[in-house]
Amino acid sequence: MSQDSGSLSRRGLLQLGAVAGTGLLIAGCDVGGKSSNSGTQGSGEGKITALFMQQAGYSEEDIRGMTADFQKANPKITVEPTFVAYEALHDKIVAAAPAGTYDVVLIDVIWPAEFGSKHIVTDVTSQFPADWKSGMLGGALTTAEYQNKFYGVPWILDTKYFYYNTDMVTKAGVDPSTLSTWDGVLAAAKTLKDKNIVQYPLLWSWKQAEALVCDYTQLLGAFGGKFLSDDGKSIAFDSGGGLQALQWMKKTLDDKLTDPNSMESLEDDVLKAFSQGTAAFALNWTYMYGGATDPSKSKVASNVAVQPTPKGSAGAPGVNGSMALCVSSGSKNQQAAWTYISYLTSKDVQNKYAKSSLPCWSASYNDPQVLAVSPKVVPAAKVQLGNLLSRPEVPRYNEISQILQVELQNALLGKKSPQQALTDAAGQAKSLL
Amino acid sequence: MTRTVATTEPAPPTGGAGRRPAPRPRRFAALRGGPGRQARLALVLLLPAAVVVFGVVLYPAGRALVISFLDVDSPFPGAYPFVGLANYTSILSGDRFWIAAEHTLYFTVVSTGAELVLGIGLALLLAAPVKFRWLLRSVVILPWALPTIVNGAMWRWILNAEYGVLNSVLVQLHLQSDYRSWLGTDPFLALNMVIVADVWKNTSLVAFFLLAGLQTIPRELYESARVDGAGPVRSFFRITLPLLTPTIAIVLVLRTIEAFKVFDIVYVMTGGGPANGTQTITFLTYLQAFSAQRFSVGAALAYLTVLAILVLAMIYLRLLRQNEMRAV
Repeated sequence: MSQDSGSLSRRGLLQLGAVAGTGLLIAGCDVGGKSSNSGTQGSGEGKITALFMQQAGYSEEDIRGMTADFQKANPKITVEPTFVAYEALHDKIVAAAPAGTYDVVLIDVIWPAEFGSKHIVTDVTSQFPADWKSGMLGGALTTAEYQNKFYGVPWILDTKYFYYNTDMVTKAGVDPSTLSTWDGVLAAAKTLKDKNIVQYPLLWSWKQAEALVCDYTQLLGAFGGKFLSDDGKSIAFDSGGGLQALQWMKKTLDDKLTDPNSMESLEDDVLKAFSQGTAAFALNWTYMYGGATDPSKSKVASNVAVQPTPKGSAGAPGVNGSMALCVSSGSKNQQAAWTYISYLTSKDVQNKYAKSSLPCWSASYNDPQVLAVSPKVVPAAKVQLGNLLSRPEVPRYNEISQILQVELQNALLGKKSPQQALTDAAGQAKSLL
Repeated sequence: MTRTVATTEPAPPTGGAGRRPAPRPRRFAALRGGPGRQARLALVLLLPAAVVVFGVVLYPAGRALVISFLDVDSPFPGAYPFVGLANYTSILSGDRFWIAAEHTLYFTVVSTGAELVLGIGLALLLAAPVKFRWLLRSVVILPWALPTIVNGAMWRWILNAEYGVLNSVLVQLHLQSDYRSWLGTDPFLALNMVIVADVWKNTSLVAFFLLAGLQTIPRELYESARVDGAGPVRSFFRITLPLLTPTIAIVLVLRTIEAFKVFDIVYVMTGGGPANGTQTITFLTYLQAFSAQRFSVGAALAYLTVLAILVLAMIYLRLLRQNEMRAV
């Protein structure tokens, strides 16, 4: 701009800018607007987008294969899948919700309370056929259920199974039948360590993430603990089985039976380490069987055994790690989204990809095709899937979990005693119920 | 605009067919015209930038400020209760914020300090008259060209407890007896390792800033210093460092503010763990806003960060101005 006094001096321009800026600032004050999200049923045709995760369960390759088959059968619908890490899935769904970026979203069993109560995903109770309710396994059916409403269709039915390296167990002269209890597993781990077969027999996914809470849940169940009191109004993990589980976890670290690297491992790290033969025992989802027995990725491919989770003093429930497909409430094409979900969750599609993730349908477990692809997992699944333990179904679960993750780590790293850590966690979580 | 031009410019001659008006001067007439028209043209040219600045910066900033006074617990627009300063008071009275602030402060001071010291060394090396200097310079800029996410993923692998390169190198050099965990078992060590990754990436940027500063220092000063019997150490402290101070100040401003906002490298390398040991303020902001859907708490945290950075920037700007005054 020129230095001389034109019709608009520099000062004038700045003033104008300030006025315009203030105006916009004030306009920003209006948080209100459309009272609700504006999804529509749509024509049932056209393009839809779907958000999946790149971890456990069905692989990206599986999902692309299913989607290609779906498009062949429904040429009027095109699907654009997106994949993110599990750790990013929740936040991505939340951030994309107002814009309705995704028509179909994959949600974890711990989120229906939150997403349902905040209307991020649609209530599909009225569309949910009665024969799905009777045909799906009980553990699966409740995946997307919150306060007697269905917010999605179960798709991945999963829990953590116990995997062990048969070669190491045989070498140590351990009887595999003793591995059906946690006491037996500890004794076997000691033997393996004493005989120098492996430096750290046990490996877990204890990174500060949801994976840590999944492992903890399974142990809490084994020791007869509860997350919440029966009326759901107070915290119960800070005493009894919840406390014993954490003390047990800490002791395996102190006794050097658990690999200290567990503290920075997620499920995938456990799979990799187990496949490299650096661990003898591990808890992991169904997909680990496929990964660890694949000779192109695993050094122990022929030595992998899988069984239901070992028993503790109070039983052997597995953590419910199921996931469901939902129609997002911002979707402009909810009908097409529902068609796509119905296809992906159908028995035939699930049976076809049973190697990656076991079907949600009870009838599938007698299907020769399913038995043929996972002859070892299905027997374990038949036992385990009838005995699942859920993490608390409350809208603020995510925050409770984050508090719990930090306090569990505080105890495992020796910064606090297990009792102190759980008391602190309970104190912080109390107000979030 | 064309109309204004037409009225003030002399009317184009309508005479002979061969004398067509030259289009060029007409088109740029506004530039040659009086001050009023100049200003208007400037305004038109500035408009796109103004829309971007006001629309993309000020509007969200205003909205976030308002949100920080409400209790917004869902991503959708709607009516939310006004809670005044409750979000700010609850943040400031909780432990989580202060622990995260401590981590952020440590990260900022140590990473900026290390980048500066290493950056000066690297800049001197890059300025030295060696063969293949162009190659050296392009190699040094590489880390900075890497996206932070890639850098974080790379360092996570380097530091991996099972198969990381760092463990392998240290064991083979007999500096360490066994593989160890760098990011998992010791929160303080993990924070330092995140700093290492950040320093590795950003030292090159600092070095290039300082290299530019070095090249403005006249050679003659060094020559006369040598004639007067000053060694390299003395001339570094008496010539290089004082003349480099303005550049150092700029680099400090940039790096401190950047370091204060650290988020992505923490997200990729540790996810805030172990036991929240690497949780910084921006990471806490993200968790509150998106994982916990406490958007108002997130907005309030963001404003606290802005305030802190504003204070930092003011201090630095004052220092810079003092520097300039001294230099004059």
